[in-house]
Amino acid sequence: MKARIKFTKAGSMRFIGHLDVMRYFQKAMRRAEINVSYSQGFSPHQLMSFTSPLGIGLSSDAEYLDITLEETDTPNVMADRINAVMNDEIRIKGFTYLKDSAKPSMAALAACDYIIAVKPGKSSPLLEEAFTKEKTYNFMLQDKIEVLKKTKKSEKLIDIKQGIYNMAGSLEDFEEMAAVKFAGNGELCLDKECKAVLCCRLASGSVVNIKPGLVLEEFCRFAGVSYDETVYQVHRLEMYAETGGGFVPMMEYDAVQL
Amino acid sequence: MRKLALSDEILLSVEKPARYIGGEINMAVKNPADVDIRFCMCFPDVYEIGMSHLGIQIIYDMLNLRDDIYCERVYSPWTDLDAVLRRENIPLFALESQQPVKDFDFLGITLQYEMCYTNILQVLDLSGITLDAADRKEDEPFVIGGGPCAYNPEPVADFFDMFYIGEGETVYYELMDRYKEWKASGKDRKEFLKIAAKLPGIYVPQFYQPVYNEDGTLAEFKALVPEAPAKVVKQVECCLSETYYPEKPLVPYIKVTQDRVVLEIQRGCIRGCRFCQAGMLYRPIRPRSLSFLKRRAKEMLKSTGHEEITLSSLSSSDYKDLKELVYWLIDEFKGQGINISLPSLRIDEFALDVMSKVQDVRKSSLTFAPEAGTQRLRNVINKGLTEEDILNGAMKAFQGGWNRVKLYFMLGLPGETYNDIEGIAVLSDQIARQYYTIPKDERNGRVNIVTSTSIFVPKPFTPFQWSPMDTKEQARQKRDFLLSKVREQLNAKSIKYNCHDADVSELEGVFARGDRKLCNVIRQAYKSGCIYDAWTEYFQPDKWEQAFKDNNASMEFYLRRERAEDELFPWDFIDIGVTKKFLLDEYHNSKAETVTPNCRRQCSGCGAAKFQCGVCVENKNVTVPLDLGNQTVCATQ
Repeated sequence: MKARIKFTKAGSMRFIGHLDVMRYFQKAMRRAEINVSYSQGFSPHQLMSFTSPLGIGLSSDAEYLDITLEETDTPNVMADRINAVMNDEIRIKGFTYLKDSAKPSMAALAACDYIIAVKPGKSSPLLEEAFTKEKTYNFMLQDKIEVLKKTKKSEKLIDIKQGIYNMAGSLEDFEEMAAVKFAGNGELCLDKECKAVLCCRLASGSVVNIKPGLVLEEFCRFAGVSYDETVYQVHRLEMYAETGGGFVPMMEYDAVQL
Repeated sequence: MRKLALSDEILLSVEKPARYIGGEINMAVKNPADVDIRFCMCFPDVYEIGMSHLGIQIIYDMLNLRDDIYCERVYSPWTDLDAVLRRENIPLFALESQQPVKDFDFLGITLQYEMCYTNILQVLDLSGITLDAADRKEDEPFVIGGGPCAYNPEPVADFFDMFYIGEGETVYYELMDRYKEWKASGKDRKEFLKIAAKLPGIYVPQFYQPVYNEDGTLAEFKALVPEAPAKVVKQVECCLSETYYPEKPLVPYIKVTQDRVVLEIQRGCIRGCRFCQAGMLYRPIRPRSLSFLKRRAKEMLKSTGHEEITLSSLSSSDYKDLKELVYWLIDEFKGQGINISLPSLRIDEFALDVMSKVQDVRKSSLTFAPEAGTQRLRNVINKGLTEEDILNGAMKAFQGGWNRVKLYFMLGLPGETYNDIEGIAVLSDQIARQYYTIPKDERNGRVNIVTSTSIFVPKPFTPFQWSPMDTKEQARQKRDFLLSKVREQLNAKSIKYNCHDADVSELEGVFARGDRKLCNVIRQAYKSGCIYDAWTEYFQPDKWEQAFKDNNASMEFYLRRERAEDELFPWDFIDIGVTKKFLLDEYHNSKAETVTPNCRRQCSGCGAAKFQCGVCVENKNVTVPLDLGNQTVCATQ
């Protein structure tokens, strides 16, 4: 049976790269003695896939992986069994079974929400809320937001405006704008001493993928603020699939109720 | 949330920040304020290497079983972080608490290879610990060394308060108890060193003084205080099935060299290869019981979630219950997607059967270590493997579908002739010829033979401790000669030849049989910027050359002499059980090309029997030779 797991990644685990997170989960499943399905062949591997790699240094309240299981129990029991063998900084927040027809979440991913905060001990003009709100508003009024995208081979100007669905200078504004509700600031696993300055919903996935760092850099340029990436903590809030009715949190997409 | 010693900025600026954050699964978590003793265990190389070391996992587990001790870990920071720590004056810290190493009671450093010596100084220096033990202040940690290179500790003697000569399971608790008493007594640092010197296996270098002859050889090794014994006796764990072995080993986040459960099935070796230091140091061979191993295999796989288990020993085929253990592992775990790896296995029908069950025949290769190219030279080094064994083993494997063979040899063995070197090429070719005797339609494509040579380094406590080592030039000539001979073979196109760098081997040779005079050379090399000498890209031979020159030390002296049979060696104050007389007899036997039987076939009276355990007390009454395929062992029950 296919299942989807939602987990957090915070604290020192921000420094563990994507491939190592995959290895971490493979070992965690074994420690929890969860009967995972394996691929065929001489070196079988667990049937497990991650929705979207999180860059090193970023934290998150909503990472997802899909897994195929040979056994089932209630979602709560499954989540508890896995949490019992996890460290404190990667925790299971949700577990759901998926329809047999479910697409891999990697392919279904359409957007991600991010919160951008100033790290403890750092300062930024963006901490001035009125200033940031005004600049955000103006930033989003532009027809085009062109940035220089560098690849190994070439540099080209691309317009990222279409990929920025929402952007706001506070979490409350963002929630209103995007019609979502996140747990209060204290409930997020973002470092408590970080001060949020921006929130945004960005196109993600295989077609258009806008990185939050790129948006932040361009925003700083627009607002006339010098950009120093070491000042900011980028934190993922949620991942979405797109349906006819709009964006659906990954946890609800293709899910079955037991 | 755990507080880290390094800022986000630093962690994001270095390669693999996971090396420095700790927090691994199964890490010991204690409040440093609640313990009496803080012990920091160090492997002076990069995290991925250090985390793969079994010995540290054993001692880490053992010390943390006690509530009054918190054992933490530190590894050499990679060169990128090294520069940051120096620039920003950040003291080196332990992974668990992320607190400075300088504040610990002990810093334990394992010495696994000679080329890590400058990294020891790196760790001390970055920690802010005085490099020379004799100059350390009262509140600095006691620096204690152990591991195979501690069996000749003299080249790094100045930097250690003490060395422990022996296996970790036996004396550490007692040392910790004495330390607590000493700490409570309020006496000075020297007093604790005296207490420690009286413990079995503990060597305190500053209580001894070497006196040299005019030619630079050792005249006398004087004990300076009554507490320092004339001989330091190696400590041996006799009951390996009833001792400390982690049930919950650490599981790193990043991929390390040994990313699997390691099951040490036995310690020691019966073979007596004359070039092998481990084969002498860890005598007598002591197997762990099958029931102990099965229990630990289960526990460790469950607690780590690793997808692979490997058996560890110097020669797995000599473990009596190997068949039962291996088939049990396959039955128990193979269905769960767990890989089983079996290094150091002699190739026979059993080995091939197991390999065909646990590996993909198409992708795996067979490994033989004949070490020398001719039977004559294999007799000189007492390597029991015969040409027939190799060719038969290879043939069986070829019939089973394998077509890749790896061969390991050494160049520069004592008594080697150019005929023996040519023998390496000939043997490689013979294996290829063997393959082509199989009818074409039954073969699996072309045969692929990889022949590798390393450069022989004479080590203390081996029968070759008297032997000279080849010069770089000799090594290069031999390598070129071998390459030309490989090219002359009928199947030259199927043979790939690899060889080891000669510069690093020379330095390794100097330190292996070095004396205390080398401390100054190592100190200067470090101060001039040498670290990570084991890593070819960081090895700086010119700086080492300068350090030798400035200290009037000659590499020749350590490398080229055939030492006199009555020479006093810098490591002779250590008693490993195996006697110097036995080693000398073996040296003579090697010159006479005489083979010495292995411990199970016949006791040769090496001296290790004084420990009264393992093979020395096995089966004192019956020895019935049993024929088990290729190998003959003695029944022992």
